Amino acid sequence: MNTSLIKAVSDRFPAAVSATHTYRGDQTVALRPEFLLEIAQFLKEDPALQMNLLVDVTAVDYSAFGKSPAPAFFASSGVAVRPSTQIPDEDPWPGPPEKARFAVVYHFYSMHHKHRLRLVVPVPESETELTSLTPLWAGADWLEREVWDMYGIRFSGHPNLKRILMYKEFEGYPLRKDYPVNKRQPLIGPVN
Amino acid sequence: METEQTAEMPTDSEKREMMLNIGPAHPAMHGIIRLVVDLDGEQIQNADVEIGFLHRGFEKMSEEVGYNGVIPYTDRLNYVSPLINNMGYCMAVEKLLGISVPERCHYIRVILSEISRIGDHLTCVGATAMELGAFTVFLYMIKARESLWDLVEMVTGARMTVSYCRVGGVKADLPQDFAGPCAEAFQEVRKVLAESDGLLTRNRIFVDRMNGTGQISAEDAISYGITGPFLRATGAEYDVRKDCPYAVYDQLPFEVPVGTRGDNMDRYLVRMEEMEQSMRIVEAALRDIPPGEVLVNPETGQPIPAAQMVDLAKMGKIESISGGCALVAPTLEGAGRGQHRSIAVDEKRVFLPPKEDAYGNIEGLMQQFKLVMLGHGLRPPEGEVYFPVEGANGELGFYVVSDGSDNAYRVRVRPPCFAIMSALPKLLTGEMIADIVPTFGSVNMIGGELDR
Amino acid sequence: MENSPSFLTTRLNEAIGWAQKYSIFQYPFVTACCGMEYMATACSHYDVDRFGAGLPRFSPRQADVLFVVGTISHKMAPVLKRIYDQMADPKWVVAFGVCTCTGGFYNNYATVMGIDTIIPVDVYIPGCPPRPEMVLDGLMKLQDKIQDHQSSGRRAEPEPRPEVFEV
Repeated sequence: MNTSLIKAVSDRFPAAVSATHTYRGDQTVALRPEFLLEIAQFLKEDPALQMNLLVDVTAVDYSAFGKSPAPAFFASSGVAVRPSTQIPDEDPWPGPPEKARFAVVYHFYSMHHKHRLRLVVPVPESETELTSLTPLWAGADWLEREVWDMYGIRFSGHPNLKRILMYKEFEGYPLRKDYPVNKRQPLIGPVN
Repeated sequence: METEQTAEMPTDSEKREMMLNIGPAHPAMHGIIRLVVDLDGEQIQNADVEIGFLHRGFEKMSEEVGYNGVIPYTDRLNYVSPLINNMGYCMAVEKLLGISVPERCHYIRVILSEISRIGDHLTCVGATAMELGAFTVFLYMIKARESLWDLVEMVTGARMTVSYCRVGGVKADLPQDFAGPCAEAFQEVRKVLAESDGLLTRNRIFVDRMNGTGQISAEDAISYGITGPFLRATGAEYDVRKDCPYAVYDQLPFEVPVGTRGDNMDRYLVRMEEMEQSMRIVEAALRDIPPGEVLVNPETGQPIPAAQMVDLAKMGKIESISGGCALVAPTLEGAGRGQHRSIAVDEKRVFLPPKEDAYGNIEGLMQQFKLVMLGHGLRPPEGEVYFPVEGANGELGFYVVSDGSDNAYRVRVRPPCFAIMSALPKLLTGEMIADIVPTFGSVNMIGGELDR
Repeated sequence: MENSPSFLTTRLNEAIGWAQKYSIFQYPFVTACCGMEYMATACSHYDVDRFGAGLPRFSPRQADVLFVVGTISHKMAPVLKRIYDQMADPKWVVAFGVCTCTGGFYNNYATVMGIDTIIPVDVYIPGCPPRPEMVLDGLMKLQDKIQDHQSSGRRAEPEPRPEVFEV
C-alpha cells in the first residue's frame, strides 16, 4: 500500500495527525481540527505534494453507525439478522472517529503528481465549527455552504455562509441522522 | 438640467445600476437556477447564482433503499448520461467490497458510458446552438441522439433512465447483433456532426458570440475545482480516464482534446472533438471485447422457445436441448445462466443468481433470498471509499461509507457541474447580458446533478 | 344552464374548441429528467408540431397550456403557483412525469408529492420518464378536453385534501 502522502504529512505535523489508514488503497489522515488550515496550506504549496485541486468537502454523521434496525424474521426462534462481516478483509477499516458525532471529509488531488489524499476532521456535536478553506481554494465556498446547509457545521471565515440547496425558511439540517426522511416543511400547499 | 452637486451619494433614481432577476423559470433550456445580476446598461457588474430548486434528496434516499436500490436514483443525477453515473456508483461499491467484474463486463460498461457521453455532448451543443438561434442544429443533434437512444434501448430496455449496472456486474449482456446497428448509428452521428460543424464553426454569428466570451484562466478553474471539458478548454490537461484509469480505459486508444483560451468557442470545439473520440473508443472496444456465450442450439443454430424445451425434456430428448439456451422474456434476455460468467462477478454474496438457478435449484433460491429479503441483502464490510469516474462534465466521484448493514450509511456524489456553477459569477462579471446565454449553455448545467 | 344550447351556438362552440385544440401554446415548465423526453417529443422524430402544439411560448401571459415537466421541489413550488396564476384563462395544466403526478419515488423532505396539491391538473401523464408515445397520447386526451371545454365549461377542480396527511 502506498503511504507516501501519509508519511509526508505525519512527518511534518506529528502533533496534528490522530490516525491514518489506507483502506482499499485510499490514503486517509485523521486530523485535529485546529491544524486544518495549516495542513491544507502545506498540501497545496509543498512541491512534493502540490495538491492543487480541492475535489470535495463533505461530512458524515456517525451518530447512527452500526445501529440500523434489522428485522428478525423468525423472532420466535431467536434468529436475528446482524450486520455481516462475512466478506473478509485483510486490512480492516479502523472505524469512525471516536467521541465525535460528525466528521468533515476533504478530498484532494494533485494534477502534477496524480495522487489523492483524504483528510478526515472529527467535529464533536458541542462545537460544530471549523476553519474555512476559502482563502486557499475558491471552490471551497459552495462546498462548505452545502455542508452547513445539510449538517449545520459552521465554517469561520467563510464570506457568505447561508443555505444553498434548501430554502431559508427550512428549519433543521436534513442529512443529519435524526432528521426523518419525509418530514416536509412546505412553503405553500398542505403538509403532505 | 444640472443642479450644483456636491460630492454626495446619488439617490436611487439616479443610480446607474439595475438589478435584474433571471429565473428560476426562464427560457434557457438547461435547468432551473436563479441569476440575480447587477447591470450597468448592458454590462454585468456582479452576478449572484441561487441553486437548489431541484434538490430531491438523493443522499438521504440512498440511506434508505439498499445498495442496489440506489441505482435508479443515480440514473437521475446526470440524466443526459445516466450510464456514467450508474457505472461510477457501482464501481465505488465494488471497490468497497474489494471485488472486480469480468473483463467483458468492463467492456460493456465502457461502451455504454461512451455512448451516453456522446448523447450528453450532443444535447449540450444542440441546446447552446438553439439558444443562439441555430434551431436546425438542435433538431439534427436530437435526431442523432434518438439513434443513440435506440441503441441504448436495444441493450438495456429503456431510452434514458436505464438502471443498467448492478453492483458486481450489469443487468444483461449485449445482444448478439450489436455491432451492426452500432455502426449505423455512428454513421448517422458522424453525418450530423459534419453538418453541424459546417453550419456553426465558421458561422460569423456563432463565432462572434462565442469567441472571447465566458473566459476563465486555468489557475482560476483549478482553484474553483472545475474538471472535465470545461477545464480542458482552458489548457489544463486532466481527464480521469487517462490520469487515473479505471475499467479498461488504459487499453483503449483515444486522445483527449485540450483547448487554449478557455472561452465558449474552445469549449464547443473540445466537446465536438470529444464526441469523435468517444466513437473511436466504442469502435475499438467492440473490436477487442472478449467473446460472450453462444446463445443458440449447436445443431440447428436457432434459439429454443422455453415451452418447447420443457416438452422435449419431458419426452426425454435431452440431447437435442442440451447446450442450448431457452428463449426468455425480453426483460430477461441476455441474463441467462450461460451469460452470467461474462456479465457478473462470481461472488454469491453480491449478485443475484440467473433465473434458471433461482427457480431450478435450492442454492440459487437461497442466494436469491439472502440478497433480496428485507434485512438481508448486499452487505459490504465497514469502510469508506472514494471512486472518481469521468462524467460528461468532469470528475464525478462517489464517496460511499458503509457500516456493514444492507443500507449504505452515506453516499456522497461529487457533482462536476457544482464547481462550474460556483465559478459562474466570475465568468459573467464584465460580460454583457447577451453573453449569459452562450456561457450558461456551455456550462452544461444539469439540475439533477447540481442539486441532487 | 342559463339558456339551452341551440344549433348555432353548439356549432360555434365546436368550431372554437376545434381551433383551440389545434393551436396549443404551451409553457414548458421544465425542471428535470422528463425535460429530455419533452425535448425528444418536441423535436423532429416524435414531432408534436403535427398536433399544432409545436410552438412553446416562454411567457406565461402568452401561453394556454402549462406543461409541468419534472420534479417540483418545495423550493420551486411558490414559483410554479405564481406562473400558474399569471396565465390567463382558459388555461390547462398537464402533469408530465410521475414526479408531478404523485411525487415519484422521491418520498422525502424536499419534494412536492403531486402538483395537484398546489394547482388543478387536467391530464396526468405517468412514466419515469414517459415515452414520447405516451406524451402524445396524453396530448390527445388534453385535446379532447379542450374541445369539450367550450360546450360544457367544465374545468378540473382541485381535489379536496386534508390539511395534514398522516404518514
